[in-house]
Amino acid sequence: MGEIDLALVNWSRAQFALTAMYHWLFVPLTLGLSFLCAFYETIYVKTGNEEWKHLTKFWMTLFGINFAIGVATGIILEFEFGTNWSNYSWMVGDIFGAPLAVEGIVAFFLEATFFAVMFFGWNRVSKGFHLFSTWMVAIGSNLSALWILVANGWMQYPTGMAFNPDNARFEMQNFWEVLFSPVAIAKFTHTTSSSFLVAVMFVFAVSSYYLIKRRHVEMAKRSIIVASVFGLIAFCYASFTGDESAYNNAHRQPMKMAAYEGLFDGGKGADLVAFGILNPDKKLGDDQDPFLYHISIPKGLSLLGMRELNGFVPGINDLLHGNEQENLLGYDRKVERGRLAIADLAEYKAAKKSGDEPAAQASLVKFNENQEFLGYGYLESVEDAVPPIQASFYSFHVMVYLAVFLGLICLAYLVYGIKDTIEEKRWLLPLGILSFFLAMIASQAGWIVAEVGRQPWAIQNMLPVGVATSNLAAGNVMTTFWMFAILFTLLLLAEIKIMLNQIKKGPEGA
Amino acid sequence: MTVGKTLWKIILVKLFIMFAVLKLFFFPDFLSTNFSTDEQRADHVIDQITRPAQHRN
Repeated sequence: MGEIDLALVNWSRAQFALTAMYHWLFVPLTLGLSFLCAFYETIYVKTGNEEWKHLTKFWMTLFGINFAIGVATGIILEFEFGTNWSNYSWMVGDIFGAPLAVEGIVAFFLEATFFAVMFFGWNRVSKGFHLFSTWMVAIGSNLSALWILVANGWMQYPTGMAFNPDNARFEMQNFWEVLFSPVAIAKFTHTTSSSFLVAVMFVFAVSSYYLIKRRHVEMAKRSIIVASVFGLIAFCYASFTGDESAYNNAHRQPMKMAAYEGLFDGGKGADLVAFGILNPDKKLGDDQDPFLYHISIPKGLSLLGMRELNGFVPGINDLLHGNEQENLLGYDRKVERGRLAIADLAEYKAAKKSGDEPAAQASLVKFNENQEFLGYGYLESVEDAVPPIQASFYSFHVMVYLAVFLGLICLAYLVYGIKDTIEEKRWLLPLGILSFFLAMIASQAGWIVAEVGRQPWAIQNMLPVGVATSNLAAGNVMTTFWMFAILFTLLLLAEIKIMLNQIKKGPEGA
Repeated sequence: MTVGKTLWKIILVKLFIMFAVLKLFFFPDFLSTNFSTDEQRADHVIDQITRPAQHRN
């Protein structure tokens, strides 16, 4: 038996991250543009104005390009589960089976069926049915996201399940508890609302380009008005659901919150870092200041995480070594109990194999006492339970700054759109184009906070990524990593080229 | 619609690469390939998760 193959774990992680991040370039546009197309078409059907029909068809074509190139890129993630993450796949199969089956049967088929009507049904079906199909595509796309995010939410907060020591699987006990887990709901609402904002910025970017070029001016202004209203609503909702996500982090993934706030020593009335530069020399356990420079909002973190000004927010050190005053069990103690759980599970299995039922039951009782700490037993040291702090901290803060900027952009586009002076605001239009790229960065940064911030866990507290992998040679994973990098880059380049061509052609080409 | 034809071509080539090349040759299901019954798969995973970290693989 050898050492754990860190190269394998890290290449598997890198491959998953690469695939997920590329996939996520396409998804937010699909989620948001589908609704924008539905809004535009609803106005067309209500007013009977053919200009709205041309506008709808134009945005629908861009939606179609994104959908066609992005479709099935997520399937690669499922390939990776079976090949690179087989232990994990086996253990969560019972939990993920239900939501992913619902996704496949209901959401995807809903989306796919009405997608055909939406694209090929103009002049073939009634206006009303076409509009209904467009709405169904929007709802189906977002329902697909719901089930995937429920699965992801469960990994961040495993609930509604029981671990079966006989087959090493987490088995679902309560579907509704999994579906309505507060983490899953916050994840779905925050992810979709922030994706709507990305799509709104896409509409701003393309429309601003037209306004700068003084082409398709009326179409661009109409598109902007609707998108800016949607964008402001999405921004407010994303802010609200972001607050909910932070509250969930504080209660269910406190290490993630401590990492993205750079909070080493917690306390009551903890400050929220509004701006900060981390000290790169800071190490766990030393007494250096974690920041070279920071501006903080007094008691802001307690308010965000605990919803009370003097609420206690644990820092990394509190979590690692415990805090008696706050009745916080340290990870060092959890690691000990996790190791006991692993040993008891091994004894249980051995006793079962030898047919010694009393010994098996005795081991099972002991295992159940420490089961909730199972994952900690795989960590070689408590420091392994700390996620990358710099990546978490900067991703979180970049996401927040950009989100605020995007909210202001929405407001500016709405105000000048209503005043009908937007084409005169030559300073604003390039910002509108830039905002789409900033929105993409914010969206990716959000996922980095969510996924890097929860390291080392594949399943929070139960299974670290190092145990979730298959026994493969790191070289195999490295090879497929580069294959994906090339494939996805080609797809991205194709999307950009086709999209730019279509935008240059304008609504006449739709 | 020219863009439609291009997109269909991209979709078909992409799906071919994903399912006929990647899935078939590079992404076998590890547990299905190496074990023939669920009991064997469960035993393998239990064996994996009952080893301390430094003794895995």
